[in-house]
Amino acid sequence: MSGYVRRAWIVVWKDVLSERRSKESLNALVFFSLLLLFVFQFALGPERARVETALPGLLWLGFILAGLLAFGRTFLVERENDCWEGLVLAPGDKSAIYLGKLAGNVLLMAVVEAVLVSLFALFFTLDFTSVLPGLMLVLALGTLGLAAVGTLFGAITAQLRARELLFPVLLLPAAVPVLLAAVSATQTVLLGEPLGEAAAWLKLLAAADLVYLVVGVLTFEFVLEG
Amino acid sequence: MVEAAHLRKTYGPTPALEDVSLSLEAGQGLTLLGPNGTGKTTLLRILATLLRPSSGSLRIVGLDALKEPPAVRGAIDMVGHGTWIYEDLTAIENLRFWSVMGGHDAPRSRLHAALELVELDTVAERRARTFSAGMKRRLALARVLLGRGRLLLLDEPFTGLDRAGRKWLGEFLMAFKARGGALVVATHSFDAGLGVADRVAILAGGRLVLDRPTAQLGHDELRRLYDDLALGSGIAS
Repeated sequence: MSGYVRRAWIVVWKDVLSERRSKESLNALVFFSLLLLFVFQFALGPERARVETALPGLLWLGFILAGLLAFGRTFLVERENDCWEGLVLAPGDKSAIYLGKLAGNVLLMAVVEAVLVSLFALFFTLDFTSVLPGLMLVLALGTLGLAAVGTLFGAITAQLRARELLFPVLLLPAAVPVLLAAVSATQTVLLGEPLGEAAAWLKLLAAADLVYLVVGVLTFEFVLEG
Repeated sequence: MVEAAHLRKTYGPTPALEDVSLSLEAGQGLTLLGPNGTGKTTLLRILATLLRPSSGSLRIVGLDALKEPPAVRGAIDMVGHGTWIYEDLTAIENLRFWSVMGGHDAPRSRLHAALELVELDTVAERRARTFSAGMKRRLALARVLLGRGRLLLLDEPFTGLDRAGRKWLGEFLMAFKARGGALVVATHSFDAGLGVADRVAILAGGRLVLDRPTAQLGHDELRRLYDDLALGSGIAS
């Protein structure tokens, strides 16, 4: 394994291990998802047609709100005990740290999304099994895009005093292309239409993912240096 | 190893360092003394390339550290105020993380040996969250044992260490110098700091007001100079 991959891997390993032990983010996010579902169910009522129409938007609203909580915390752990300094002084390409953090965020979001989709199915008596492969593809692409831009902005705002305010203000506009494409593609998938019908949205998602990833990789060193 | 000339650092209108010049050869140790707020940590952070000076020049291991910070970072190890410890990882996991990040994936036996040297081998699998301040300090020093730095920067390294820990650290720093490493220690602790220094410097009001070989200074004389130069300058201690 090259030094670059090893460094990216050790960041994922460290973040996953820390989260598995502390469960700080996961517990909060699962509890938050539950609360969100109660609110959605209360707002939408029992009418099935209304739920099905709103479902793609509600799913992604849940994901982005959970992401706002998760991504914003990504680099806060590095501020504790000045670990950030150590990352700055570590030799080698700093984008390995970004990719490691990004992978950790994608894994965390995957767990939250699995819980949220399961809870949606349970609360609204929905059956996703027939559309699961298509849905998983859209979720994977959408999550990668959100996590790519969220991880970068999480790093940018981690050193700021008003980070809780600035993080959503920065992230939400930047995530619009991903959200727009993800909601539209999810709608197509949930309607049971062939995946080809959502090809344009999937291409937009993939392109946005690529752009955010490249921007993250290229700019992370400057962000870390402050 | 280190050549700093006319370093100046301001935070807004407030000067933190004024015209600081110093040089350090391989195998030399410099102890920086000074009351709180006189710029010791700022100077260390500039030497570590964590902070850019407002003006001046800095060469480390022959390279321009202001133009090419990444190129000199492989030669620098640091234990600052922060310990760089992840609280939810165990002692050995912390060492493993920094060992890989430092580009030298040390085998487990070496990680254990480093923990043994700082007398943390019995708690290697315990989470750092449960450690005392002194134990965390030792863990941070164990990280330095694994490093390959030729310039070691330490900010108050003796704080939180018991008598045995101070003795061990003193011996480690002497051995580090003997291997050709250069050392800068910022401390309040006269005795411990002087024990490892070939030169002593006093910072007062952001200026280097004294830089002399320790061989030319007795303990009492240094204490008198410190009182006159650092405390006498009107800076609160």
